[in-house]
Amino acid sequence: MATTKSPTAKSSAGRISDDSVWILGTHMTRFARYPDKDVVDLAAEASIAALEDGNVTIHDMDVLAAGSLFNAGTGVGQRIQKQIGQTGIPVFNVANACATGATAVRTVYLSIKAGEADLGLAVGVEQMGKMGLLGGAGTKKEKKVYEPSGRYGAVTGIDGYIGTEGMPGVFAQAGMEYANTYDGVGFEQFARVAYKNHLHSTLNPLAQYRKEFTMDEIMTSPTMSYPNTLLMCCPTGDGAAAAVLVSGQRLKAMPAQVRRRAVKISASVLTSDPYTEASQVQPDVNTLTRNAATKAYETAGVGPKDLDLVELHDCFATAELIHYDNLGLCEPGAAGDFIDSGAPFRDGTTPVNVSGGLISKGHPIGATGVANVFEVTTHLRGEAGDRQIADAKVGLAHVIGLGSACAIHVLEKAAV
Amino acid sequence: MEADTPTQVPLVSYLRLGSEAHLVANECTNCGARFFDRRNACAQCGLREFKNVRVDNAAKLKAFTIVHRAAPGIPAPYVSAIVETTDGTTVRSNVVNCEPDPEVVQLGMELKLTTYSIGSDDDGTEAIAFGYQPA
Repeated sequence: MATTKSPTAKSSAGRISDDSVWILGTHMTRFARYPDKDVVDLAAEASIAALEDGNVTIHDMDVLAAGSLFNAGTGVGQRIQKQIGQTGIPVFNVANACATGATAVRTVYLSIKAGEADLGLAVGVEQMGKMGLLGGAGTKKEKKVYEPSGRYGAVTGIDGYIGTEGMPGVFAQAGMEYANTYDGVGFEQFARVAYKNHLHSTLNPLAQYRKEFTMDEIMTSPTMSYPNTLLMCCPTGDGAAAAVLVSGQRLKAMPAQVRRRAVKISASVLTSDPYTEASQVQPDVNTLTRNAATKAYETAGVGPKDLDLVELHDCFATAELIHYDNLGLCEPGAAGDFIDSGAPFRDGTTPVNVSGGLISKGHPIGATGVANVFEVTTHLRGEAGDRQIADAKVGLAHVIGLGSACAIHVLEKAAV
Repeated sequence: MEADTPTQVPLVSYLRLGSEAHLVANECTNCGARFFDRRNACAQCGLREFKNVRVDNAAKLKAFTIVHRAAPGIPAPYVSAIVETTDGTTVRSNVVNCEPDPEVVQLGMELKLTTYSIGSDDDGTEAIAFGYQPA
């Protein structure tokens, strides 16, 4: 661990408040398919690299939070420790749907805020292979008997008979509800979101796919759930991302070259879905995102206009479009105009998903919420290479998991 | 024994069959929130008393998707929808007896509840589902 102060450190370090929380190091594996690795390999790779990036070791960590949705019951955090260092620190294995990785980040953040840790490691990982989006088939029974069971008293599976429970369809309906409410939103606007994110991904060497598609190719690719075509849906995949967080108090004592790359967490917010009438039959992905955004902007003291880049949860093209509105990036009801105007393209006024987003960068579920933090941090450090957003100073990372959980982190460059 | 008498069961217990099939909700006696599944307490106000209320059969289409890649065993494409009944209850359902084509299915269109068979089990009991069709 490096704690030597450089001669000029004291004056600039004085601007770091003791109770602030910072990202000291971060890393993500390329999102891809890794049939020859296991989930612990991927998490260990991201963790070790994030620690090195922060100029610290596992022996400096006071807490570890590990998020892996499909491994939530397997002690994945402890299994990672066995590969990178068993130091006896508290481990939190977290699961929160597609907000799992961000929940790991927030768990470490809270530990530092509570004064129980100075340094902590958050890692998110998933290995999905080619599991597909449709979930498992119905269980085979010896004899088919219609008997009511469960809270709906259903005599058989209801997915497909009482609407869809498939993710492409659930998010399609959320987008279509927006289209029903506001003008200027239709199939073309949703397709343009996917066009943008595929285009952005061509500049990101960490993206699972890096191929540009034409609007026509996107709109004529196989329909999954109208209006979401195959090229408007995120893929399944494997990958990991990690972040080392540090208290302001501890950061102050670190060398200037370490402090300079640190990125401030100006807001860390987690919400669940409050009661709404309509959400009793279909998940409401809007209200909890709006609540999280309001709190994040208030806490960070920034507004949507201050954001130099946004990584938001584009699991499907229809989802990204409605989150423009939910996050206040556009005027109320104007998400269609927002995408049509080019605003969320990387050369627009509010670049959104310059990584390629979930649609093209990929969505290994547990890794996603940490990978978004990695992406924003990398831009704020000015280290994003070909995809760098010039002079980025403030960014927002948003994820949402159905059920529902929404996490927002507002990150700020703070040269100290 | 009347083993030969064909019997019908609703796909879900909140569908009531009979001369005019309809849905029944569990309505919170305190705040009026409606639920189709069994609840331990109200998700809005937290109180624990519910009564059964009949839900209107007439509805409007609030949102839809046309599912082409469906769950195993489900015929596709089909229209999945969120509808709002005339008494203001939100219901998830399929739109049936309507071409699964975005040019035909129209947001805001008037609908009414209908029922249809989804098949029989090995004892000959027929399961009846509900859907909404253009009014």
